[in-house]
Amino acid sequence: MAWTIYISFAGALLLALLPKGRPALARWLALAVAVAGLALAVQGFVAGMGQGRVTLVDLPWVPSMGIHFLLAADGISRVLVLLTGLAAVAGVLFSWNIELRTNEFFAFFLALIGGVYGVFLSFDLFLLFVFYEIAIVPKYFLIAIWGSTRREYAAMKLALYSFVGSAMVLIGLLAAYATAGSHSTGLVALAHAGLPVSFQMWCFPLVFTGFAILAGMWPFHTWAPTGHVAAPTAASMLLAGVVMKLGAYGCLRVGIWLFPHGLDPWGFSFIGIGSWRDVFAVLAVVGIVYGALVALAQTDFKFVIGYSSVSHMGFVLLGLVTLNQIGVTGAVMQMFSHGIIAGLLFAIVGRIVYDRTHTRQLAELETMHLSRRLPFVAWAFVIAGMASMGLPGFSGFVAELQILVGAWKVAPWWTMAAGVGIVVGVAYTWRALQKAFFSDVRPSAHALEQEHGHELAAITWPEVTGVGLLAGVSLFVGLYPRILLDTIEPAVKALLAGGGQ
Amino acid sequence: MNYADLFRVTLPETALEIAALLVLVVDLGFLRKAALKVRVAVAALLGVAGCGAALWTMQFQGSGGLALEGSKDMLLATGGFVQVAQSGILVLTSLTLLLLIDSVFTKHVGEYVAVVLMAAAGGLLIAGAQDLLVIFVGLELLSLGLYILTAFAKSSGKSAEAALKYYLFGGMSAAFLLFGFSYLYGITGSTNLHQIMLTSFFASASGAAPLLYVSLVMVGAGLAFKVAAVPFHLWAPDTYEGAPAPAAAFIASVSKVASFALLISIATAIAHIFSNARTVQFVITVTGPVPKFLGAQVPWSIVLTVFSVASMVLGNLAALAQVSVRRLLAYSAIAHAGYMLLALAFFSHTSSSANAVLYYILTYGLTTIGAFGAVDVIQRATGSDRMDAFLGLHKRNPVLAAVLLVLFLSLAGIPPLVGFWAKFNLFAAVLGVQAGVVPFALVALAVALSAVSLYYYLQVLKRAYVMPAVVDTPIKAHPVTLLVLLLIAAAVVALGCFPALLQGWIESLSPMM
Repeated sequence: MAWTIYISFAGALLLALLPKGRPALARWLALAVAVAGLALAVQGFVAGMGQGRVTLVDLPWVPSMGIHFLLAADGISRVLVLLTGLAAVAGVLFSWNIELRTNEFFAFFLALIGGVYGVFLSFDLFLLFVFYEIAIVPKYFLIAIWGSTRREYAAMKLALYSFVGSAMVLIGLLAAYATAGSHSTGLVALAHAGLPVSFQMWCFPLVFTGFAILAGMWPFHTWAPTGHVAAPTAASMLLAGVVMKLGAYGCLRVGIWLFPHGLDPWGFSFIGIGSWRDVFAVLAVVGIVYGALVALAQTDFKFVIGYSSVSHMGFVLLGLVTLNQIGVTGAVMQMFSHGIIAGLLFAIVGRIVYDRTHTRQLAELETMHLSRRLPFVAWAFVIAGMASMGLPGFSGFVAELQILVGAWKVAPWWTMAAGVGIVVGVAYTWRALQKAFFSDVRPSAHALEQEHGHELAAITWPEVTGVGLLAGVSLFVGLYPRILLDTIEPAVKALLAGGGQ
Repeated sequence: MNYADLFRVTLPETALEIAALLVLVVDLGFLRKAALKVRVAVAALLGVAGCGAALWTMQFQGSGGLALEGSKDMLLATGGFVQVAQSGILVLTSLTLLLLIDSVFTKHVGEYVAVVLMAAAGGLLIAGAQDLLVIFVGLELLSLGLYILTAFAKSSGKSAEAALKYYLFGGMSAAFLLFGFSYLYGITGSTNLHQIMLTSFFASASGAAPLLYVSLVMVGAGLAFKVAAVPFHLWAPDTYEGAPAPAAAFIASVSKVASFALLISIATAIAHIFSNARTVQFVITVTGPVPKFLGAQVPWSIVLTVFSVASMVLGNLAALAQVSVRRLLAYSAIAHAGYMLLALAFFSHTSSSANAVLYYILTYGLTTIGAFGAVDVIQRATGSDRMDAFLGLHKRNPVLAAVLLVLFLSLAGIPPLVGFWAKFNLFAAVLGVQAGVVPFALVALAVALSAVSLYYYLQVLKRAYVMPAVVDTPIKAHPVTLLVLLLIAAAVVALGCFPALLQGWIESLSPMM
């Protein structure tokens, strides 16, 4: 599995050195690397079933400071690596039409993927941080060069938000390293270092917030919608699909694992909030409801999806702070599920529809009768929308149900508020679906005539493959959730039990 | 002390001086009629050979250092971190000399190279100096060289202006420094660093504390000028902008390495206050109230902390507003000096702090030489060092753009480049010394400000990679310059991926104290 990282970076380097003017070669090379990564991820996932944490590589990196190049995989890592592999392949497929500086595009794309694989597999905090930061720079260039709407603004905003978040994490890393005695930066070693409770109390919110910025936690979510909208399709698929998961994964793996006492009650309570856990739960619930309500009011199709991501990531954060088996399992499940579904939605909206209609305004799409002219796309969006709403049979249902059950055990009030978010979620998905595809605005004779002159381009094979891949995975996991749950559950159990206690 | 010892210890300096004279003789004596290109190449190569010879002679220095007859008071130290700093100075000097090959700012190349080598000799002296007088002589040798180098582009008004500013500020700060030194000598009756720190410990107990504070602030001001720390930084932006690029690279790297090596010497002397005393026997009779802090440690730490915080904040914020890339590099240099001063303010008894600062300054020097080299290529092609001159660089010269990407991201501290590792190491060293609220807060400030710094570095990279080009004509770089820049970029990547290489070398030299 460690090879997923190496081949991604090697592919990025190779693509960067590729002579210009060979876009086809660059595409196929990128696809080959992404598929190879997916194959390794699947192989690792299958081989790792029923196993606990497996060390992949352990080399001393900076011996004098106790830093190791330590890659390992447990159930959570395996699931997320699998997600990354899927998102990478789908991302390459939906970038098939990139003509501008093709090789550079895929070089940045694969460098980002390599960084993401690295984060999910690192079991040394320093190494994890290195990969986490490696992922920032390619994002900036992907959006700034190949993006659309206000791309330079959005790219800079995203880069700065990410960097501020990682600066907070770095402070926490340095502080934890120094407090634990400057012997090791290994995650396991730090988790067992017995960090003082008072230290965990201030370090936990710092690190958790630092990671949660990238997970789109309200009120630090504002980079997400602008970033998603401005990014080229593959980059928004990756942003929503895996990069936001980096943040959530960091919250779980670093924040909750290393600083479990940071979630303890303060000993006093202020308007019903008595611990950092309550604080973050409230922020998560606000994110769920706020994201859904704002999505309901958008006129730009891509912004609808962008804000829905904020809402869905709120579920992940809510699941994490439940701190019980079912809630955290649900959070990991939701990471996977949202990664697939958000990728699918962005692909349909940003690539398949936009490339043919050149607009993302719902009001303009309303007049185009896409259900008649692009039936495949319309039905693909129906499936994706149902998955996004969390209908039974799709992966989102399993995940959100688990999170809500977990949250109910802790505090029913959070759950009720989050339930409101689900209802609004149905509303905004329905509204977008109807406006974009199934509007009943009657076309004028003139418009019909024009349509005949300009047939929309046919759906291409990479698009069909990509949609099929993502929708199929979501459906499969929804129908047979045990395939992931069996891997996630033991890892979550170990993680929740294996703190500093 | 006998002259054989003196000769042995100053072998590298001697080698540089001989090389300087040789360059003058060859350039003025034999190559009067030769083409400028040939003269530049010969002078630069002779200079590099001189640095190589000096590096080679360092193995004969021995590790004993140079002490006065019959005492333990060192004049010049050798081995340990001094050796690291001196090797760094020599390597960085040769890199700046190689950048000269492509330059056209002067016809007097022999003189230029000779002055560079003499200034580098001053740098070597400072790195090893343990005595106030040697420190001052070394600093003047280095500074006078730098003033001349700054003014070397005689046809450029900016160069002359920069040199004059630099010279006036430098003269003033030398006066501060000398004033502070005179007080230190007056308080302690010694010019040796270790002796001064030991005696001042007792002197401050018996009522000399205020005078000690004054002298430390004065010395701090003088040295803050050398490392361009706020509020003694005003020369830096003008000098970096006006000086010819190889000279600016020299000022930004070699002179910084030497000055930080000196600061490490002072900090080490303070941290190991009793190491020089053979028998510690003290009877302190105190009349009047005992001062809160004995010795130089706490006041010196406070002085450095103030400089550090001011430099980090002002350097990073002022850099945000720059349109000239060279001025941007100057302000970023101020900010980087601030980070290093933080590690010097919280200095460890073990060698970890010294190692971290050395690692930082050496890699920073390397990166900044590359940055100046790249900026200079662009400036000569477009006639400007403004940000807009970088538009479309990825089309005009993809290799140069890639080099710039690596170097600037390293300056911003993005892993896996060396700048990140240097910062991590430095901040870990600060927190390793003292785990309290103050160091945590200061490190948090430093990390937060380095997040700010990403913005201005990205402004340059954005123009190089993202924004559309106005002109598409390719920019050509001299193959030697390009090779040097590629080498530096490769080193930045390699040392970032394998930090243990340089780290291990520094640790192997510096004894565990």
